[in-house]
Amino acid sequence: MYKNRGLIDLADEVKSQRSALLVLGCPQVPVQTSIALYLIHRLRQAGISPVVAGNRSAVTLLVVADPKRHYLGETLDLDRAIDQITEKKRDFDLCFVFIHNDAGVSYAATMGVISKARLYAIIYGEHYDKIVSSIEFPCINIAANAVHNPMPLKKMLDEVAPWAV
Amino acid sequence: MGCIESLPYEVIMRGGSFKECRDYVRKQFRESLDVQPGFKIFDTHIIGVPPISIGLDGDFVIFPFTKPCHGTFLLRVEDKAEADRLRKRK
Repeated sequence: MYKNRGLIDLADEVKSQRSALLVLGCPQVPVQTSIALYLIHRLRQAGISPVVAGNRSAVTLLVVADPKRHYLGETLDLDRAIDQITEKKRDFDLCFVFIHNDAGVSYAATMGVISKARLYAIIYGEHYDKIVSSIEFPCINIAANAVHNPMPLKKMLDEVAPWAV
Repeated sequence: MGCIESLPYEVIMRGGSFKECRDYVRKQFRESLDVQPGFKIFDTHIIGVPPISIGLDGDFVIFPFTKPCHGTFLLRVEDKAEADRLRKRK
C-alpha cells in the first residue's frame, strides 16, 4: 500500500515538474552563451527542466562549453521547436527569448502567440534600449547594456528571479 | 524553414525591420491579408510580430521570412496554388 502510494507521488512529481524553453538568438553577442548557461543552472536548481532551442551555431556553443552536460539538457532545432509548439504537440511553463536584434523581437512575439508559457524577453547588446521600446506585446523584460560582460544582465536576471515564480 | 530556402524566391527587401516589411506590403500591394505568427505558408510556420501582412500580386506571394542571424527578409515567390489558397482566406 505504502509502496504504491510512493509510486503515485513520484509520478505526480514527474508530471508536475515545470519546464522552460530558452530560445536563443544569433550568437554573435558574447553574453548570450554565458547567460544561457547561468539561467539553465538557476532553473535546474529550482527544479525546472530547461530545454534549449536555437540555430546550430548557438546550440553548439553551449554543447562545447558544457561537454559533459552538467547544465545543458535537451536541445532542439529552433524551427522544430516552433513547429512542435504551433502544432500543440508540446508546450512549456516558462519561455525565455534572447533578443539583441529585430529578429529576436519577432521570435518573442511569435512565442507570445503560439505558446501558453510565461514569456520573458532577455534583451542585451548595445542597442538594448531601442529594442525594449520596440516591444509592444505582453512579456516580462529583463534588459541590460551587455555585450562582452555578462554581469549587468546577470544582475537584472537575479533581480527578476524568474525561477522563483 | 528549410522548405522556404529551397523555393525559387526573390528578395524584395533585406535588412529592414519587421515593421518596415509589414508597411511595405500594405503600401505596395493592393491585395494583402493579415495572419498570426505560426500561420503556415509554403508548409512553414511563419515568424513575426502580429499582425503579419502577406501580399498577393497575381500568382506571386510576398511574405516576411525571419532568420535569427540575418533578420527579416521580404520574399516574393510565384506559386499559383499557394496564392489561391491565401486569397480564399481573405
